[in-house]
Amino acid sequence: MKQNKTTELLVGMFIAAGVAALFVLAMKVSNLSSFSATSSYTLTARFDNIGGLKTRSPVMAGGVLVGRVSSIDYDNQRYEAVVVMEMDQAYDQFPDDTVASIYTAGLLGEQYVALDPGGSEELLEDGSQVEFTTPALVLEKLVGKFLLNSAEDDGL
Amino acid sequence: MAPSRFITPRWIIRKTCWMLEWIRGLGRSGFDFFGKLGRSSLFLLKILAGIPALLSRPRLLIVQLFSVGVLSLPIIVVSGAFVGMVLALQGYNTLVDFGAEESLGVAVALSIVRELGPVVTGLLFAGRAGSALTAEIGLMKATEQLAGMEMMAVDPIHRVIVPRFLAGFISMPLLAVIFSAVGIYGGYFVGVGLLGVDEGSYWAQMQSKVDLYDDVYNGVIKSFVFGFVATWIAVFEGYDTVPTSEGVSRSTTRTVVYSAFAVLGLDFVLTALMFGD
Repeated sequence: MKQNKTTELLVGMFIAAGVAALFVLAMKVSNLSSFSATSSYTLTARFDNIGGLKTRSPVMAGGVLVGRVSSIDYDNQRYEAVVVMEMDQAYDQFPDDTVASIYTAGLLGEQYVALDPGGSEELLEDGSQVEFTTPALVLEKLVGKFLLNSAEDDGL
Repeated sequence: MAPSRFITPRWIIRKTCWMLEWIRGLGRSGFDFFGKLGRSSLFLLKILAGIPALLSRPRLLIVQLFSVGVLSLPIIVVSGAFVGMVLALQGYNTLVDFGAEESLGVAVALSIVRELGPVVTGLLFAGRAGSALTAEIGLMKATEQLAGMEMMAVDPIHRVIVPRFLAGFISMPLLAVIFSAVGIYGGYFVGVGLLGVDEGSYWAQMQSKVDLYDDVYNGVIKSFVFGFVATWIAVFEGYDTVPTSEGVSRSTTRTVVYSAFAVLGLDFVLTALMFGD
């Protein structure tokens, strides 16, 4: 009888492990998982265009990871993308004239938010908004601009 | 050079006999093949008909789930971890040339969830559990335990085959899903832990590219099909074995070979159906 109980227990654990593994796979996809065990504060920034930015994309300052994008929304009134960033509490000394830009890591890499600190005395606080932003570069626009410029140079 | 030196009447008769023998052999193997196909199909129908009777005695199923599923777990977990780690290592070395090592998570997750999870689990399952099932059932037949059951008016298909078949059918998808999850964490360990891929990119790109229905569920459907076929082959080869020690050993070999063929062949068909368009 002891043996039977152990068998049943192990079979139950096996099935539970299978279901848990499926749950893990589903969570990875459906993006319900919250992360960030360390303490954090949030900043928002408005962009004309966020390019390929995604939730959980990195936020970098001087190339160092200082936070992550926690949500992306679209403001219907102002026609701008609203990016909420979850910042590491250790880096809470950004001045309020910090510029947020969207860059691409490498040629095919992921896009990320880069913060360039300004010179202001006032600091950004929890929940405040980064006023100065640069939108993501869209390759087609660049190519279009380049063609237009070269056409003007040719005197057409 | 006159051909009549070689093409004598005796030579023609000998060659004709040889040809006839060869054609006869072809016909015999055709009969054998279709006979086996028919026997295995009837056998499958008997198994499926026996499933409702099993539900009144779940103990039999649990014991088989233990030996088929739980005892296969170590090899599945270890292989999953190493397959994920190797994928991460190989994928990183390729992707880093394009500066796209952030896509490592996608590469690892898609290859494991779509293909390697179900297929490698199917192959390991055939080797670990399928061969054991065939050997066990074949030995039962060789030692006339199955005949003994019939003498006692116990249907050996209900008592012996159905619990094993159902246990294999249930275990295989669970094992495949565990393999996939462990493999992705193995890739995470190597990619993020050792090679320095950004953790958020690893998960974020994976989440944005892997679809729950298209990728995860199709992988699970594949593993159900592989479990069905591999267990069917295993129990049939055991039940249909020549009841000698040599026969059992041949059946066990055939189980592994046929299951491997079936898994790989069906994988192509299923992939073409699921991801073809």
